[in-house]
Amino acid sequence: MKNLLTSRWFGLFIPLIAIGFGFFAGALIMLISGNNPVTGYVALVEGVFGDLYYFGETLQQMIPLIFSGIAVAFAFRTGLLNIGVEGQLIVGWFAAVIVGISIEAPLMIHLPLAILGGAIAGALWGFVPGLLKARLQVHEVIVTIMMNYIAMHVANALIRAYFQESGQRTAFIHDSASLASEFLAEITNFSRLHWGFFLAVLACVLMWFLLWKTKLGFELRSVGHNRQASAYAGMNVNTNIIMSMSISGGFAGVGGAMLGLGTFEYAEILSSFTDYGFDGIAVALLGASNAIGIFFSSFLFGGLQQGANNMQGQANVAPELADIIIALIIFFVASSYLIRWIYSRLQSKKEGK
Amino acid sequence: MADILQILYTIVPAALIASTPLLLTALGGLFSERSGVVNIGLEGLMVMGAFSGIVGTLFFESIGFGFASPWMGMLAAIILGAVFSLFHAVASITLKADQIVSGVALNFLALGLSVFIVREVFDRGQTDAISARLFRIDVPFLSEIPVIGPMFFSRIYATTFLAFIVVAIVWYVIFKTPFGLRLRSVGEHPMAADTMGIKVTRMRYIGVMLSGALGGLGGAIFAITTAGNFSAGTIVGQGFMALAALIFGKWHPVGAMGAAVFFGFAQALSISAQQIPGLAEIPQVYMLILPYVLTILALAGFVGKAEPPKALNQTD
Repeated sequence: MKNLLTSRWFGLFIPLIAIGFGFFAGALIMLISGNNPVTGYVALVEGVFGDLYYFGETLQQMIPLIFSGIAVAFAFRTGLLNIGVEGQLIVGWFAAVIVGISIEAPLMIHLPLAILGGAIAGALWGFVPGLLKARLQVHEVIVTIMMNYIAMHVANALIRAYFQESGQRTAFIHDSASLASEFLAEITNFSRLHWGFFLAVLACVLMWFLLWKTKLGFELRSVGHNRQASAYAGMNVNTNIIMSMSISGGFAGVGGAMLGLGTFEYAEILSSFTDYGFDGIAVALLGASNAIGIFFSSFLFGGLQQGANNMQGQANVAPELADIIIALIIFFVASSYLIRWIYSRLQSKKEGK
Repeated sequence: MADILQILYTIVPAALIASTPLLLTALGGLFSERSGVVNIGLEGLMVMGAFSGIVGTLFFESIGFGFASPWMGMLAAIILGAVFSLFHAVASITLKADQIVSGVALNFLALGLSVFIVREVFDRGQTDAISARLFRIDVPFLSEIPVIGPMFFSRIYATTFLAFIVVAIVWYVIFKTPFGLRLRSVGEHPMAADTMGIKVTRMRYIGVMLSGALGGLGGAIFAITTAGNFSAGTIVGQGFMALAALIFGKWHPVGAMGAAVFFGFAQALSISAQQIPGLAEIPQVYMLILPYVLTILALAGFVGKAEPPKALNQTD
């Protein structure tokens, strides 16, 4: 018990407390707004587990969240905050769909090529802020925010100019580039769950392997811990920063490809952001930038967003409650100082006795 | 020549009106960032301001304030914006949370909370439209000056003039008062400031709350003059554009004004470029991404180096 503050269990303790606080605050908000929190949360849980279709949709929601969470976490391990996951995801979505539409090839070639297209586009979008950071010491946060808007407007303009098919979207991708799965759809009551789910799980493993089992990962983490010491040890800090942002962007781009090749099978003209990229910050933060943590926090946030729909139908609670809970969970995790402080106060009181 | 003037008479007022909310919000961000607290949450503060501005206007309309209602709505937005920014202040100053993460959370919370309330109150995703709008006015006498009159003083909102007056006030407060000196010293070297007896925490709280007040006002003005109601889609990116204006303006009130007006121009041009000979061939997308590209170039030092306050985003 004594070393709880420093032990690895405390890493698990803070997110759990933060989730508890978040749901408690959500219940308070429901009470104040004249709803019954019990009915509300029952509807939320049923909205995730109550029907195979809901569950399939939750898993489907998790796919882009996992990828954007990994993208944020990967950069974070190198001490970089990649707010640009949103933009990297958008260009990845666009590029993957373009490959999916404009090339004819057998599945074994076409699908990997389309995913690769998304990864390269995302990586390029991450490379620019990485380069500016490494060469000119420009803060990556502002550059990536700006790159998000550039991504959205450029992708929209390209779709409008060259690929607009019906309404606000492109044509459907060829079947040979599709991740859609009749089998997965059938066992989940015809949800949009697709093969991308397994790719997302694979990506978690890949992230863990890259960071903890390779020389590159060691250097990236080392740069994240202490830039001066890493440079002194002979590592090329600038190259590592660029690598980290590019790989992070690549993960985000594949997340976009999952939307384009699996969930929607087309790209559309976006009137506002998809928000998957920003949710990724929440996922990475709650998951402590750790592969398993990211998987579970994606499930939590994906479930919250999916279940919120049912909350509206069944308990008449506005679905935005899910966003409020997510925002509060981020606040609480980010303010872990508070939790540590309360804990150490309790601890010192005990010792005083 | 007459044609060009005619075009300018349409575009300049449109640009000034588009730049008003950006300018006010950027000035708000200036207080926060000059005190050493990054404010990515400007977007959320504008959302909160737009929400309280519209709901406030509707409320004061209903109790018979008539044409004063929008102004009361703006007042409500200033107050609620300042109160709402306390989330960011408490998390990032007192609880030492990462300022950027806290700002991101603020954006989520603003959108979630405001749309949640709207749905609970109005039973749908948007509020009713306000009926007591602000009107575009011609300034007496000044609007009759040839060339300048129709360009700067005709068919414009009173709020636009208000914003430019605020620029002067902010400049004076930041550079000519003891308060401004203290605020800047806290943002540059908090330890030294602390040694000199300046209350670092208090100064930063004030900085963040001023950003909430001005960001709220910016959001409210956008909602009241341009949108007319509030929904999740009312504020989409104006807060980030204001942040860009602040950085492009090198954390200086006059610079931020220049940047905001410039971004306003880009916005007005992207809407009306089709009618202008010579510009019609340029795809709209260039105008849309121009503010963001310029901000990146400014940060990279191609358009003069933008140096942030030294203690920005340091949690200790």
